[in-house]
Amino acid sequence: MSTEPVRFYQVGSFAVGNRLLEDRDRTVQSEPRRSNSLDSGHRACQGCGEALGARYALDAAMRATGGRLVAVNATGCLEVFSTPYPESSWRIAWLHSLFGNAPAVATGVAAALRVLGKGDTRVIGQAGDGGAVDIGFGCLSGMFERNDDVLFICYDNEAYMNTGVQRSGATPPAARTATTEAVGRDPGNVFGQGKDLPRIAMAHGVPYVATATVADLHDLERKVERAMEFDGARYLHLLVPCPLGWGSAPSDTIRVARLAQETGLFPVYEAAFGEVTAVSPIRRRMPVEAYLSLQGRYAHLFGEHPRPDVIARIQAMADDNIERYGLLSGYDYGADRGGDEN
Amino acid sequence: MDLPFAITLDVGSSHANHTGSWRVNRPIYVDRLPPCNDTCPAGENVQQWLYQAESGGYERAWRQLVEDNPFPAVMGRVCYHPCETACNRAQLDEAVGINAVERFLGDLAIEQGWALPPPGPESGKRILVVGGGPAGLSAAYHLRRLGHGVRLVDSAPALGGMMRYGIPAYRLPRTVLDAEVARIVGLGVEVELEHTVRDVEQERAAGSFDAVFLGVGAQLAQRVDIPSGDSSRMLDAISFLHRVGEGDPPLLGRRVAVYGGGDTALDTARTARRLGATEAVVIYRRNREHMPAHEDEVEEALAEGVTVRWLSTVSRLDGDRVVLEKMRLDDRGFPEGTGEFEELGADSLVLALGQTADLSLLDRAPGVDVEEGVVRVLPTMMTDERGLFAGGDTVPSPRTATAAIGHGRQAAAGIHAFLAGTELAEPERGVVASFEHLNTWYYADAPRTKRPELEQARRQTTFDEVIGGLTEENALFEARRCLSCGNCFECDNCFGVCPDNAVLKFGLGRSYEIDYDYCKGCGICVQECPCGAMVMIPEEL
Repeated sequence: MSTEPVRFYQVGSFAVGNRLLEDRDRTVQSEPRRSNSLDSGHRACQGCGEALGARYALDAAMRATGGRLVAVNATGCLEVFSTPYPESSWRIAWLHSLFGNAPAVATGVAAALRVLGKGDTRVIGQAGDGGAVDIGFGCLSGMFERNDDVLFICYDNEAYMNTGVQRSGATPPAARTATTEAVGRDPGNVFGQGKDLPRIAMAHGVPYVATATVADLHDLERKVERAMEFDGARYLHLLVPCPLGWGSAPSDTIRVARLAQETGLFPVYEAAFGEVTAVSPIRRRMPVEAYLSLQGRYAHLFGEHPRPDVIARIQAMADDNIERYGLLSGYDYGADRGGDEN
Repeated sequence: MDLPFAITLDVGSSHANHTGSWRVNRPIYVDRLPPCNDTCPAGENVQQWLYQAESGGYERAWRQLVEDNPFPAVMGRVCYHPCETACNRAQLDEAVGINAVERFLGDLAIEQGWALPPPGPESGKRILVVGGGPAGLSAAYHLRRLGHGVRLVDSAPALGGMMRYGIPAYRLPRTVLDAEVARIVGLGVEVELEHTVRDVEQERAAGSFDAVFLGVGAQLAQRVDIPSGDSSRMLDAISFLHRVGEGDPPLLGRRVAVYGGGDTALDTARTARRLGATEAVVIYRRNREHMPAHEDEVEEALAEGVTVRWLSTVSRLDGDRVVLEKMRLDDRGFPEGTGEFEELGADSLVLALGQTADLSLLDRAPGVDVEEGVVRVLPTMMTDERGLFAGGDTVPSPRTATAAIGHGRQAAAGIHAFLAGTELAEPERGVVASFEHLNTWYYADAPRTKRPELEQARRQTTFDEVIGGLTEENALFEARRCLSCGNCFECDNCFGVCPDNAVLKFGLGRSYEIDYDYCKGCGICVQECPCGAMVMIPEEL
C-alpha cells in the first residue's frame, strides 16, 4: 500500500476515529460536522450497507471538493429509499433521471457545469450493481471511453434488491436469489466470472479504478479523495452487503463485508490507467465458510445436505483472487505499530 | 405556493420520517467491569489510569492510581499482578504490561515530586493503627484523606513492615520504599517507632482512640521439628530476610539449602546467592505445578542459578549434610513419603515454611474471633469487637502486599462508616467484560514491551534492582495496548457505522448518545464496538 505508516494509537488504523489521533489522521466519519450527505429518516432496511457506503463515499467526496459536488443517481434501492416524494434524505445537490442513463446524465451535468464556468464543481454518478453492471452498462462504458470527468461509484450488493432480490450480472455463483432458486443439481446462481466491472473499467484505461468495502473506512475514504485528484473518468466499486438479499443479520453488515475481503472473495485494490498499483493485503485470512455461513443466500450449501463440493469451488475462486492480486503479499504489521520504530 | 410545473408539494426532509418506530431492540451504552479492575486486590481502577496514560496524561493517571493505592512505585515492582493474568489482551497476543506502566508512573511521581491529595477536613476522630506495613500505611493514608487523625505505631525501627524486612532490596530498592512511605507520613500521620503494642485494649483506652486498625502482619516463622546435630546451622527465612533488611546478614556459608516452596523460599535462595553462596538449593515437597510461589519468581530464581529439589522433604540434618526423603504425589496431589532417602551437602538450612501472626496483643480482647492464627473480619474489615478493625496478613488473605493495601483501603472506608454510624454500602460490581464481548479486529497488532532485566552475572552478586523500568515511549506504547475492556474509549465506531446517522457525538470526553427517533435497531454499532461497551436490549412493546 502506498499509505504512510501510522503511529500506534490503540485502534488508530482500523476504527472510525480515536481520541488520540490528530485531525489529519481522523476519518471524515469521525467528524461531528461531517456532511451527512444521506440523512436520517431514509427508508433503507435495518443495517443497510448501501446507505452506509453512500454516506461514507459522498461525505469523503464533499470534504475533498469543499462541498462543490453534484451527485447523479440511477434508479435503484438508493434512489427509492432516499426520495419517496416529497421527502428527500439528500443534503447535497442530487439528481435522478432513469435506471440506465445515470452515467450519461452525469456526463451531461459535468459538461453543463463547464459551460456555466463552474468547472470546479465535481460530478459523481452512482448506481447499484443493476444500474452499473447491467442496465447502465452501455452508458457507463461510453463515459469511460470518452474519459468524461465523472467519478462513477457502483454500490455493489450483488443483485436487484428493492424489486425483490433478482439476480444481476454481479450476483456471485451459488447465491440464491428470487430468480436463481436453490434447487436442482447446481443450486443458486450459475458458476462463472460474472461481470467483473472494475476490470472492465480498467480495460478502458481510465485514470483511476478502485475497489473498496464498507468494512475498511480509512481505505475507502482515502480512495475517494484520491479519485478526486484525477480529471477524467474514474470508477469506484464498493461492496455493500444487503441484509435482506443476502439473508445476513442486520448487525453483521460490516462483519460480512470484512469477511468478503479477508477470505479473498472480494479483492481490494486500486489501479491507474489500467494497471493495478496497490492491493490491500489480507490481515487475518479466513476460509470462505466463515463468509458464506453468515448468509441465508448460501444456506443450501450447509445444513442437512451440505455441498462441500460447491464450497470448494468458491474457495478456489478466493484462492485465485489471492494469487492474482497477491493478497497475501505480507501484511505489514509494522504499519500498525508505526511511529515507535519508524 | 410557487412550485414548478407538475409539482404539487414542497420538498421535505426525510427527518419527518421517524424510522425509530421500526425498532424492536435498542442499543444502549454500558460500562462493564474490566478483568484487571475485577482482580486487583488493591481495588485499583486499572483501566481508567491506563486510559489517562494513553494520552500522555501521566500525572492524571498517577492521580487516578493513588485514589486507591498510595504505593504505585512499590507495587510496580513487587505486585504479582493478577491483573495481567486476567488481561483479555493475553488472548490476542500478550497481556498488557500493567505492572510496568504502574512502576513507570510511580517512579515518575517520585522524580517529579507529585504530592498525594491533601488530607480531608479534620473530623476530630483519632484512630490507632498498629503495624506500619502495607496494610497499616494504606489504612493511615485513606483515613487521613477522610480527615481522621492517625497514630501509627510499629515495633521496628523503620516503617514498611514486610516491604522493608521481607522483600529483598533487589526487588524493591529502599529509596523507592522510603519515598512512598514518607509521602504518606507527610499527610500528617503521627508515627511512633520501636513501640510494641502488648495489649491493644489497654492502648486503645489509654489514648481514647475512636477506632483501631490492626495490621501486625505475620511475623512468626512456622517451625517443624527437624532432628539435627549440634554442628549444623539452621535458621528461619523471616529472621534471615529481616536481618538482611537491617544490613546485618547472618553467615550462611557456601552451600545453602532452603526448605519451602513459597515466594519467601525463593527470595531467600536468591538473597543467599547475592550474599556469596555458590549453591542455593530449594527443597520442595511437591512439583513445580503445585508450587505456591509465583511463576515470575520461579523463572527469575532459576535464571539466577538457584536449583530446586522437587518432591523432597527434609528428614534430618546430619553434620553438613541434609538428609532428604523422596516423595511422590497421590491422586489428590498430596505428597507421600517413598522411604527412599538421599543426601545434600549444605552449610546451612533455612526454613521457609510459612508464617503466622503474633496475636498476643489480642489476649485481652476476647470478643475477637481468632481461628488458625488469623483474625476473622466482616467485609468492612471490622472484627467481632466494635471499632476494632484488622487487615493484611493478620486476616485470611492471599498474603501479598497488594492484598494488604486493599485491606487498608477497605478498612479505612469501614472505619469511616463506623464512626459516622452508617452502614458501608456494598459496592456494585458490574458484569466482567470477557474476551467474547470484544471485537478485536479493531485493535492494532502490538506485542508487549519487555522490561529490561539486569544482566545475569551482575544480579547474582549485587542487590541492584533486577527488573528495569520502561522508558516514556515504551510506557506510552504499553498503555496504548490496553483494550479498554467494557469501557468506551471514544473510538467513534458507533458514530461512524450507523447507516441512519442515529448516533450523536458531542466531542472529546462528552461521549455519544443514540438518537432513538431514527435508530432502526440494526445493531451494527454494538457488533462493531471494539471494547464491548454497548449492548442490545429488547424494546418494551
